[in-house]
Amino acid sequence: MAQFNLPPNSIIGTGKTYYAGAGTKNVRRFQIYRWDPDTGENPRMDAYEVDLAACGPMILDALLKIKNEVDPGLAFRRSCREGVCGSCAMNIDGTNTLACTKAIDDVAGEVTIYPLPHQAVVKDLVPDLTHFYAQYASIKPWLQSATPPPERERLQSKEDRAKLDGLYECILCACCSTSCPSYWWNSERYLGPSVLLQAYRWIVDSRDEFTGERLDDLEDPFRLYRCHTIMNCTKTCPKSLNPAKAIAEIKKLMVERR
Amino acid sequence: MSIRTPLARVRGLGAAKDGTHHWWLQRVTSVIMVPLILWFVISLLSVSRADYATFQLWLSNPIRAGLMATLLVTAFYHASLGMQVIYEDYVRPEGAKVAALLATQFVLFLLGAISVIAVLKVALA
Repeated sequence: MAQFNLPPNSIIGTGKTYYAGAGTKNVRRFQIYRWDPDTGENPRMDAYEVDLAACGPMILDALLKIKNEVDPGLAFRRSCREGVCGSCAMNIDGTNTLACTKAIDDVAGEVTIYPLPHQAVVKDLVPDLTHFYAQYASIKPWLQSATPPPERERLQSKEDRAKLDGLYECILCACCSTSCPSYWWNSERYLGPSVLLQAYRWIVDSRDEFTGERLDDLEDPFRLYRCHTIMNCTKTCPKSLNPAKAIAEIKKLMVERR
Repeated sequence: MSIRTPLARVRGLGAAKDGTHHWWLQRVTSVIMVPLILWFVISLLSVSRADYATFQLWLSNPIRAGLMATLLVTAFYHASLGMQVIYEDYVRPEGAKVAALLATQFVLFLLGAISVIAVLKVALA
């Protein structure tokens, strides 16, 4: 069977608690997943009390404050701090989202933070996305054309350009794919919602001439058809996109071309 | 431990160029069953208190026997398609998956055959 319980070396223990100093009023406790590959120890949950009066409004602000002032060993990815780079995707309060666009006030009580689910962990909140990126590369995410390149831009009507809305905004943060049970159990073969949305972005692009070949590469019981419209992807997307709909559109095209 | 590149692992054996037929048939069979199940429930209510002779006469109508056989075959076929998806999702290793799939498909095929023969037996008696 697919493995539903955690292997022994992944069982999470209780770690240290870092208390806020005296005189702090607006204290919020953060429970954060910690794992260091160098110690050989199991992962643990460390608790950090953060004074919100001296902290920015977002989860990422609290993580940076912890890293800067309390525990420099805490590892996480971040870059743009405004929801366009996708680096700080993590599981916050039970939902995959971006730490930089999730407000601390949107979480009631203690804030629990884990790395993206069902990915190998590099350290702490840093998941290994090598396979995810290879899957993205496999769908050839660039414009393919048999017609020789034109002298000027490749033209596209306004209507055709509008078809890319809701697709081009995807930042490949992997929140959706790592929230998908089908991707958890079969990620070695199933491409997952994020990569399938990206695939559809090129399938529906009026300037691309390799639509049929793209569909050929997806027509597979595992690559495409592991999607059972569970809808976790659409529910969790921090950019409010709809990967489930993009996948449904691919399935419709598969039937249409028969 | 494999030293293949990540892209080689993803590309694997390539796309099977298959799966659409299975997906489409699962939808078609489910849509067919919507009116058939409605007919089945309403019809069974109408003969629920009948004795065997009355029911036998009712089912001897070729349209009713045909609808009944179609419903049963569609239901077992739909079940077979659905079970295959569940096994592909969850059952490991590959050998266990194939064994479970073959056993289930055999049982569902057998049940379909038995039910069609049963319908014919009553309808033609």
